[in-house]
Amino acid sequence: MKLDTTFMIDRIPDFIQAALLTVEIAAIVIAASLLIASMYNVILYNRVPVITTLVRIHVEIARNTPLLIQLFFLYFALPSLEIKLSNYDTAIIAMTFLGAGYLTEVIRSGIDAVPAGQEESGLAIGLSRAQLFRYIIFPQALRISTPALFANFIFLLKETTVVSAIAIPEILYTTTSYIALYYKTYEMLIMMTAIYLLLFLPLSFLLSWVERRCQHGTIGT
Amino acid sequence: MTHTAASKPILKLMNVGKSFHKQVVLKNIHLTVQRGEVTVILGPSGCGKSTLLRCLNGLELIDEGSIRFNELELTPKGRQWQAVRERIGMVFQSYHLFPHMKVIDNILLGPLKVQKRSKAEALAQAEELLERIGLLDKRDSYPRELSGGQQQRIAIVRALCMNPEVMLFDEVTAALDPEMVKEVLEVMLQLAREGMTMIIVTHEMGFARAVADRIVFMDKGSIIEQGNPKSFFSEPQTDRAKRFLQQFYEIETWKGRDVI
Repeated sequence: MKLDTTFMIDRIPDFIQAALLTVEIAAIVIAASLLIASMYNVILYNRVPVITTLVRIHVEIARNTPLLIQLFFLYFALPSLEIKLSNYDTAIIAMTFLGAGYLTEVIRSGIDAVPAGQEESGLAIGLSRAQLFRYIIFPQALRISTPALFANFIFLLKETTVVSAIAIPEILYTTTSYIALYYKTYEMLIMMTAIYLLLFLPLSFLLSWVERRCQHGTIGT
Repeated sequence: MTHTAASKPILKLMNVGKSFHKQVVLKNIHLTVQRGEVTVILGPSGCGKSTLLRCLNGLELIDEGSIRFNELELTPKGRQWQAVRERIGMVFQSYHLFPHMKVIDNILLGPLKVQKRSKAEALAQAEELLERIGLLDKRDSYPRELSGGQQQRIAIVRALCMNPEVMLFDEVTAALDPEMVKEVLEVMLQLAREGMTMIIVTHEMGFARAVADRIVFMDKGSIIEQGNPKSFFSEPQTDRAKRFLQQFYEIETWKGRDVI
């Protein structure tokens, strides 16, 4: 079997385009999820009545239903409620719904891991609960959670493949489109694998480097 | 310390009681602490002495009785503990410095964020306090780079920098190597000499005797004896206190140390 390398090379700009879109979606989703998860943890930490329950419900739904179902729910159910969203917005919202759920749990476990004595000594110098969270608990929880957070960032980046189901021209969608159009199955699958590896391997290395930097000099016994 | 009998007490506990679930941990506690007085609380493990200390700054809430701090009644549940804690410093057994902050930021957090003091003024005080305990060169270190004794001295400075009226010490040398115990006790002794009102829970008998104006002996959640250190150590009134002290003397003798 012979690979059509000319065809592959001609497709490179399209794949770069697709990779950029993938990264863009992932970046927006990760940033939004992190923000929401942090706010959720403020709510959980302060045990705000009612809202705490709502947060728990979101987290449990996000973690216990497949992303594809969440995506379809938004894509097919919302228009019947007269809510019209673009495919792109639908993808971002569905993925953020998932990401916020996962990251909330990651940060919460970090908060649980901060020793109780930290809270006591913070209170003992007169910090309010809000200050305690902001200056003492949250920064330490983030450091403790760093490895798990990064694992989840990569997970979210990989989950972008799911949004190809609603015709977002990210990497997987681009690949399957060309396979359908030109039957260049092997070429396109090789391109796809290569571009994912090019995307993820450096990212993994970068994240583990950042992780080591984070841990060094700031925490430990 | 000298203080007139007529002076107003800084802390007055009346009939204080507390239970965890059904377990009574404090009962019928009556205690009066004068300004500038050093009170040392002794007693066997689990007698409630740490709990008593923690009730004084609201880390635990009492179930019965009342605590007066100056003219302030600390009993109501909704009490603004934040304002009280600014004025009652506490030092813990395991230091509990904030590991993600440099020494200087550990010390300045309270003065800047709670007391909203000016950076320049608080910094000057923090550095002066660090200088006094000989750790000014550690101002930009992280806690994990310091020995236990150094961390505990920083923790004392962190509490002092709030200019508290009372300092609570909860077994502050219990987690330290013997060599480091001394450097921490010296800082405390110095504080006592300067007239700080201190309430100290400790198992260091020699130190208790040296620093205390008054010894409070607790057992099973009650104060069963209190008095000046001289009479407490030489002729304890209760059998329980006698037995308690006897154990320490025995151990001290085993070590072949010159006993008190």
